[in-house]
Amino acid sequence: MASAKATINLKLKVWRQKDNKSQGGFKEYDAKNVSPDASFLEMLDAVNEELIKKGEEPILFDHDCREGICGSCGFMINGNAHGPQKSTTVCQLHMRVFKDGETLVLEPWRASAFPILKDLVVDRSAFDRIIKSGGYISVNTGNAQDANNIPIPKPDADEAFMSATCIGCGACVASCKNASAALFTSAKIQHMALLPQGQVERAQRALDMTAQMDAEGFGACSTTGACSAACPKDISLINIATMNRELLKATITKKEEHTGGGDG
Amino acid sequence: MSVKLDSKIPGGSIDEKWTKHKFNMKLVNPANKRKHSVIVIGTGLAGASAAASLGELGYKVKAFCVHESPRRAHSVAAQGGINAAKNYQNDGDSVYRLFYDTVKGGDFRAREANVHRLAEVSVNIIDQAVASGVPLAREYGGLLSNRSFGGSQVSRTFYARGQTGQQLLLGAYSSMMRQVDLGTVELYTRREMLDLVVVDGKARGVIIRNLLTGEIESHEADAVIVASGGYSNVFYLSTNAMACAVTAAWKAHKKGAYFANPCYTQIHPTCIPVHGENQSKLTLMSESLRNDGRVWAPAKQGDKRTANEIPDAERDYYLERVYPSFGNLAPRDVASRQAKYRVDEGHGALGEKAVFLDFRDSIKRLGEDKVAERYGNLFQMYEKITGENPYKQPMRIFPAPHYTMGGLWVDYNLESTIPGLFVAGEANFSDHGANRLGASALMQGLADGYFVLPYTISNYFANTKLEKITTTNDAFKHAANETQNDLNKFLSVKGSRTVESFHKELGHIMWEKCGMARDKAGLTEAISKIQNLRKEFHSNVNVPGEGKGINNELEKAGRVADFIELGELMCRDALVREESCGGHFRSEHQVDGEAKRDDEKFCHVAAWEWNGSADKTQTRHQEELTFENVHLATRSYK
Repeated sequence: MASAKATINLKLKVWRQKDNKSQGGFKEYDAKNVSPDASFLEMLDAVNEELIKKGEEPILFDHDCREGICGSCGFMINGNAHGPQKSTTVCQLHMRVFKDGETLVLEPWRASAFPILKDLVVDRSAFDRIIKSGGYISVNTGNAQDANNIPIPKPDADEAFMSATCIGCGACVASCKNASAALFTSAKIQHMALLPQGQVERAQRALDMTAQMDAEGFGACSTTGACSAACPKDISLINIATMNRELLKATITKKEEHTGGGDG
Repeated sequence: MSVKLDSKIPGGSIDEKWTKHKFNMKLVNPANKRKHSVIVIGTGLAGASAAASLGELGYKVKAFCVHESPRRAHSVAAQGGINAAKNYQNDGDSVYRLFYDTVKGGDFRAREANVHRLAEVSVNIIDQAVASGVPLAREYGGLLSNRSFGGSQVSRTFYARGQTGQQLLLGAYSSMMRQVDLGTVELYTRREMLDLVVVDGKARGVIIRNLLTGEIESHEADAVIVASGGYSNVFYLSTNAMACAVTAAWKAHKKGAYFANPCYTQIHPTCIPVHGENQSKLTLMSESLRNDGRVWAPAKQGDKRTANEIPDAERDYYLERVYPSFGNLAPRDVASRQAKYRVDEGHGALGEKAVFLDFRDSIKRLGEDKVAERYGNLFQMYEKITGENPYKQPMRIFPAPHYTMGGLWVDYNLESTIPGLFVAGEANFSDHGANRLGASALMQGLADGYFVLPYTISNYFANTKLEKITTTNDAFKHAANETQNDLNKFLSVKGSRTVESFHKELGHIMWEKCGMARDKAGLTEAISKIQNLRKEFHSNVNVPGEGKGINNELEKAGRVADFIELGELMCRDALVREESCGGHFRSEHQVDGEAKRDDEKFCHVAAWEWNGSADKTQTRHQEELTFENVHLATRSYK
């Protein structure tokens, strides 16, 4: 397959930063004889092998499945989250989209809620804390009724699924000028709001998850839609509209908290 | 059966063993549960579901993963589906049929009692997943949808488009995060288990490397669950994620847990073919594609024309031809072998190492929209990787290492040969025999975590006197020192070869000599090559950087060192097993290209015992397998 295709040469300007406390900066590298069939990360692997042979530290980036589903990888290529191709994580980006002689600038996600750990790797644990604050349905193992007891209209199930395909990569935050996590948070809120199983905790979930999102230091939604445009899974802006509606409804209908009395 | 390999299969008929056993196992009262702690290594389907369920019961759980978030565990990448004997389709499915299909699919090398339990709890898994918000595919009436998978003639596979693993993992992950919120589960990310700590013969803790700081941490507990996945990355190129490793299981093995059937590996028939030397991993195209895709190879030898140029009369739909009753849904081991034969005999697609997977007829029958609805994301993934549009021309596919049926030996309670060490999911050897059927890995991971371990671990606590210990115990200090010494050694070699180059060389040996076909001469040669490779690794590896802070190369070095030792054991296991069964195909033992088992000599599990050093040959133990329900027969899909 493709054995005869011409290879290309690229210049890379890569953000290098030793750790969270150190000052970072760009360093230039050559990527030579790159096969157009290689993935972007395989191109970086080859650059790293050369660095190791020269006794230098390889460029660090998060990655794992290399199939676009685990959400580990992600950095800016020439200012675009995950690079120039739509609906594509950087591990699924292939070198055939680049031209010989191009210069590529690689930078980590920039957001104060995503501190840089090293080179292109950032700490996205804020996302886990948002899920922990309410991105679940409280059902213990062993309590479930037969799965077909509650029919779910196919359009609802399909739409819930579309929201649930978010891989938590952080491209939405990185491409938002406010570094907002609205798309990520809203996708989980919409996923569960659409399902009958998610109804009991629906209002509280919206309140808790948005509160956690703010507490993590993510900015407000910029309403520009840059997040959805950069999303490798095409999570729609409708999720954010849903979140705003859910939050409004939950806030208005929130019951006063009662204290004391009654229980004996 | 050696003394240590007591499978502890409960008495009674096959369909009442688990029910009776659940009643006979002892319980721990709620107030005492709080006093017991469990460590869970790995947060994929098995680990996350176990951590969540044990947390819900009230145990103190610590969960560890190598990733920055538990949601990134490799279960996330499973595509096609999860089996369950719901019989929602009214097509003749039952718990017994799922049990039967799985025992037969495993080529009669799995334990009947375990497989039956798996089939029983399969129905609860679907209920549990839906209750926790997993958006499985539905029909217009609002009920759940099913598709077919290989090795079965009923439709029992539940799915969420091509992202079933992702959706089930996010379900288990969210249940676990709820327990983190409630304080019953403590989550430790970017942590790798580098040793098991055994005190008074029982698993009592682990040594962990913090992958961010490089610090070595000690954690104690009353029981340890290893749910760290499989070892396909021993082949270097596989469908597994880059961080998938045998390390956690291997460290436990070196502390006394037997390793069972290491030579049982699954080579998945439908993967995107290798494109070049710098390739880092292979990508699976879900088996579900064989529901609507037809597999074929050029009928003429050396035919290098593109698919669309080859007329129907010159196409060999070989699976339909050789296996008329199962056709394109022949099980994985069988389908992979047939693809290999086509290529070996000069019928490769475009003259290369590949065959075609063609959707032309389904697109004609169903329309492009319907095909896109079923497999859209897979088609998109294929196009991204190859630059070719599978709606217009057939996919090209070839087998690749995907799953490992072998793993740490466990008894019926999923307890290893070290008391207090439990093993779940792909990391154990228990349910799939010599070949796993499609859509059964997700089922097993969740069965172990949600429905088996919560019972058997309680029983262990109720029956075992556990002294209170702390990490100041000498066993912890000793293990932590050893771990640090090993890491320092990797850093101090300062040789001339990268870790990656050793891994590639190992993978090449394994694929050539211990891959889809194996023989005595090849395996013998592989063992000596791997021994040499191990020596060279420890004297000539180049690991840059230092032990403090993030050091990816140091992490990889440890994993590759373990893979090298495992590789030798796999070859040894394959060499001794002089028969063909499932994914283990010894060229000397075949009938017309099909696997020929030797039930007289090999109707047993082989479990290997570490003898203290990589230089010493491991000891092989046997657990005899008895088949009282599904009778031993030659497996046929014709």
